[in-house]
Amino acid sequence: MDGEPLVRWKWLGDHLGYLWSLTLDHAGLALLPVLIALLVALPLGLLCARLPRLYQPLAAVFNVVYALPSLAVFVVLIPYTGLATKATVMVPLTCYALAVLLPTTVEGLRSVPESVRQAATAMGYGPWRRLAAVELPAAVPYLISGLRVAAVSSISLAAVGALVGQGGLGYLFIDGFQRTFTTVILAGIVLVALLALATDLLLVLARRLLAPWAVREKGAAR
Amino acid sequence: MNWLGWLNTFFTDPARHSGPDAITHRIAEHLAFCGEALLWSVLLAVPLGLLIGYTGRGAVAVTALTGVARALPTLGLVTLTVLLAGVGGTAVLVPLVALAAPPLLVATVEGIRGTDPEVRDAARGIGLTHRQVLFGVCLPAALPTLVAGLRTATVQVIATATVAAYVGLGGLGRYVMDGLATKDFPATAGGALLVVLLAVAAQLLFAALLRYGLPPGLRAQRRAARRG
Repeated sequence: MDGEPLVRWKWLGDHLGYLWSLTLDHAGLALLPVLIALLVALPLGLLCARLPRLYQPLAAVFNVVYALPSLAVFVVLIPYTGLATKATVMVPLTCYALAVLLPTTVEGLRSVPESVRQAATAMGYGPWRRLAAVELPAAVPYLISGLRVAAVSSISLAAVGALVGQGGLGYLFIDGFQRTFTTVILAGIVLVALLALATDLLLVLARRLLAPWAVREKGAAR
Repeated sequence: MNWLGWLNTFFTDPARHSGPDAITHRIAEHLAFCGEALLWSVLLAVPLGLLIGYTGRGAVAVTALTGVARALPTLGLVTLTVLLAGVGGTAVLVPLVALAAPPLLVATVEGIRGTDPEVRDAARGIGLTHRQVLFGVCLPAALPTLVAGLRTATVQVIATATVAAYVGLGGLGRYVMDGLATKDFPATAGGALLVVLLAVAAQLLFAALLRYGLPPGLRAQRRAARRG
């Protein structure tokens, strides 16, 4: 480490394209699972909001799933999905995201007061129209807060995938460690954090656009 | 070779029963990392959380800080600390505390802030000092939230301590990493299973704690809430 500066700015300048491509790689690896989880969580959440008997065991299972160490799960999947394939990392990340998104979806759908639901029915809304016009919009703020947690943790978890050969920016940690080159590791940490923050900001923006009332209510409550 | 075969190979290997690579030894190492990290996290986060939760100052900063902390990749922190501080206890401690302290801080702040304001006012009204209100009223009321936060932190720390093996430290991650490096899948699978079991055991422990270890007043409240 002697004589080696903490950050070699020149290296960063020379490798901008490389860092950018790793960041894109990382974003895909971490966020596609969240998207898939969202697509699964919506119908499953609808079902669970109606059937508490289905929801309780599912919630318990996902509680355990969320506790599983990511590295262990990646490793365990290798014989099925192969070493250094994207699926090895993306399948567990989807499960983690689902473990966050399912409870928030159910909570959001249940957040509609009974009186509001009855009012919608009284106004002549059928079950499907009520779902689309009342219950789903009411669930949007919950969904987005769930998405924020799921996306940020997915981005930081995906880095661990580097240990099984697929980690986007996580590769920088291994590379930097093997070469005792702190610049690379720091670049990785900063880029992962920036990617997470950017995603988080986009989701906050999405909430403003999709559910402006939620922002207002929150402000009024304070 | 299938899964059960691997596990059988792993658990019947004599090297797993004595010496430095024994299962009990690795579990003890793993728990030592986790225990130390959790202790430091509690010492850092709980007093700060009590202060912020009770005064209400700095709550916004806490939210922002925890958001950033959640985005920090543990693997990056571990490798960086090892390069800067050398292989040793600190190398795992720093990243694990960075992982565990933020959720604990949020839980403490939320628990304290979530105390019914009327109860707080009543406690002040009967002449309790701020200190008495904080430790006698708000803290017990915040306990379920705090314990839930500690559970999240513990499970994450147990799961993440696996990464320590990458930089040459012990713990259950040794099996996983050594197995990966030498294509010894029984070791990898066995190590992964042990981490999972440890995490599940911790979950159960905390579930029991929330069920039986709370002050009697809170237990009655929770039972009533479940019935209602």
